Amino acid sequence: MRKLLLQNGWRSPLTLPAPAPSEAALAELGAEVDRAARRRLGRSLAIREVDAGSCNGCELEIHALNNAFHDLERFGFHFVASPRHADVLLVTGPVTVNMREALERTYAATPDPKWVVAVGDCGRDGGVFAGGYACVGGVAEVIPVDLHIPGCPPNPMQLLEGLLALLQVVQ
Amino acid sequence: MRATNAKPDLLVVLGAGQPVTGHRPWPRFVVTVETWNALLAGLAKGAWTLLGLWGEPGMVHLAVHEFETGAPGIASLPCPTGEFPSVGRWHPPAQRLERAVADLVGLQPVAGPDLRPWLDHGRWPLRHPLGSPTAPAEALPPYPFLPTEGESLHQIPVGPVHAGIIEPGHFRFTANGEAVVRLEERLGYVHKGIESLLNGATLERAARLVGRVSGDSTVAYALAFARAVEAATATEIPARAHWLRALMAELERLANHCGDIGAICNDAAFALMLAHCAVLRERVLRASVACFGHRLLMDCVIPGGVAVDLPADGVPILRALLAEMRRAFPPLVELYDNTASLQDRTANTGTLDPALVQQFGCGGVIGRAAGRAFDARREPGYPPYDQLEFEVPVRRESDVNARVWIRIREVEQSLALIEELLERLPSGPVQGALNQPGRLVEGMALVEGFRGDILLWLRLAADGTVARCHPRDPSWFQWPLLEAAIEGNIVADFPLCNKSFNCSYSGHDL
Ligand code: SF4
Repeated sequence: MRKLLLQNGWRSPLTLPAPAPSEAALAELGAEVDRAARRRLGRSLAIREVDAGSCNGCELEIHALNNAFHDLERFGFHFVASPRHADVLLVTGPVTVNMREALERTYAATPDPKWVVAVGDCGRDGGVFAGGYACVGGVAEVIPVDLHIPGCPPNPMQLLEGLLALLQVVQ
Repeated sequence: MRATNAKPDLLVVLGAGQPVTGHRPWPRFVVTVETWNALLAGLAKGAWTLLGLWGEPGMVHLAVHEFETGAPGIASLPCPTGEFPSVGRWHPPAQRLERAVADLVGLQPVAGPDLRPWLDHGRWPLRHPLGSPTAPAEALPPYPFLPTEGESLHQIPVGPVHAGIIEPGHFRFTANGEAVVRLEERLGYVHKGIESLLNGATLERAARLVGRVSGDSTVAYALAFARAVEAATATEIPARAHWLRALMAELERLANHCGDIGAICNDAAFALMLAHCAVLRERVLRASVACFGHRLLMDCVIPGGVAVDLPADGVPILRALLAEMRRAFPPLVELYDNTASLQDRTANTGTLDPALVQQFGCGGVIGRAAGRAFDARREPGYPPYDQLEFEVPVRRESDVNARVWIRIREVEQSLALIEELLERLPSGPVQGALNQPGRLVEGMALVEGFRGDILLWLRLAADGTVARCHPRDPSWFQWPLLEAAIEGNIVADFPLCNKSFNCSYSGHDL
């Protein structure tokens, strides 16, 4: 193990340079966030991920945000285990009817100020699953959404661009 | 129930029924209750393995596999009264499947041992969406969890929203101090109604939907769908398409196994492995997008072949990936092998009785870690694996450690397979035209995903649209065993056991 750790010390990091915040995301986020909220949050945002019916593809790419290539934590984001600790809800899936209440309750358990990011084509409007008896279709049908990051699934860079736009607006 | 001979031949028993024409590649028979019961007796005796159980209005289908002769077959029982003799009564692996049949189609298993709803949480605007949908007459009562009684027992409800970035499901632990006495799962939260969306879909839309039944297995699902369509329409596809499909399937296996090995170690608080394995996983995804245009390879396998050919620089990209994996992976295996504190967590944790694994026909890593050598690439097998050299690693300890080692060995096998595929990749077209069905046709496929064998059955209408399609995730026969594996372990080891299984919620809930 020591050898492995030492080697990591010499090697140049794998981490990719930060992308620019997404223009589309900035436009969607638009509105100024109030100052008090900004002061309270400082430079760090806690994210609670909620799978509201995804195929698990979006989760795989959200996981990839934490790998050495993307290293989300360098921007001050970190994933937390409870909505009570979260500033941001990152929601995936077409919101299944069976998950609707759990999503509503998770939102209610998240303290203000909070932001909701709907991830994936499913999170936007139900994606390929829209229209059936079992999906509500789009996160915004259930809770207020501040930002959409479409894609099926959005790749980690697209997720990063969106989250960086959120960070810019919040700061 | 009629007694059967000591070693009943599946096709002989099935053959008492009416063969259905236009069902390929394995036969389907419309059977009587007597034959149905004979099948249940065979299943109960362990003569055959249950592959799937699903329904449609007025009919329930039972897919069974006989090992060694390598012959799967389907029995279809007409249910004019909306009932069928319970399979789960004789063969527990069928219990959740028949509960799902009751929820979705409205066909009731007579004398079923567990008649609680499974996927239907009482929230949909209708009941029996795949049968004759009706508005729910009354609300379902609260879900009755199994009762537990005893002094000093306490319950821990977890989920559906979990602490990590994982899919939703509910786990009800009953514990005695630290030790888990019983785990009861409640699933269905991510039920998307995919089977109902598939009804009437064009092949193109259906392929996209099936490729999203479980995103981590998108290649395997798309392959199962494509193979079933090609079987139904008796279409031969070009050789190169078979080989590229296998290439994609092995890339998917590689990426997922790397991710899982890291994640299992991380759940034993050994984050270093996660960091390194996540890098390997990312390298596979980057090579995938460079070669085929999608990191997870979604929509790359289509009926008739593959959507994208390997570009000119694809071979060197993949060879570079192989070289990097071969450099970086062995030290991680060594690290795993030599870290006693990590092995202390994984060895003898989450041990499964191999007899249970056999009974459930539990596939994939979980099965192979418990001595069940089944791998659909071998049996019944499909091209190009019949022309490739590979081993199916098997262990017997059936604990978390064995599941890690099977994954390690399968990573090595996938690397060797990718190398062989690249070396011998045939040239030529990557897509062929599908034969038009012109009448009702049916097909099925059994494909080995990284998680285990995926069964897919479908019926195509004369115009080539999907009349009915049922994908069965390997998790159906794995989730119930997680309940068994955790028994007697401490609550704190649940994440470790769960990760070592890595069942799909989405694939199961459908
Ligand atoms: S957007 Fe695509 S990847 Fe994400 S959950 Fe929906 S189908 Fe899966």
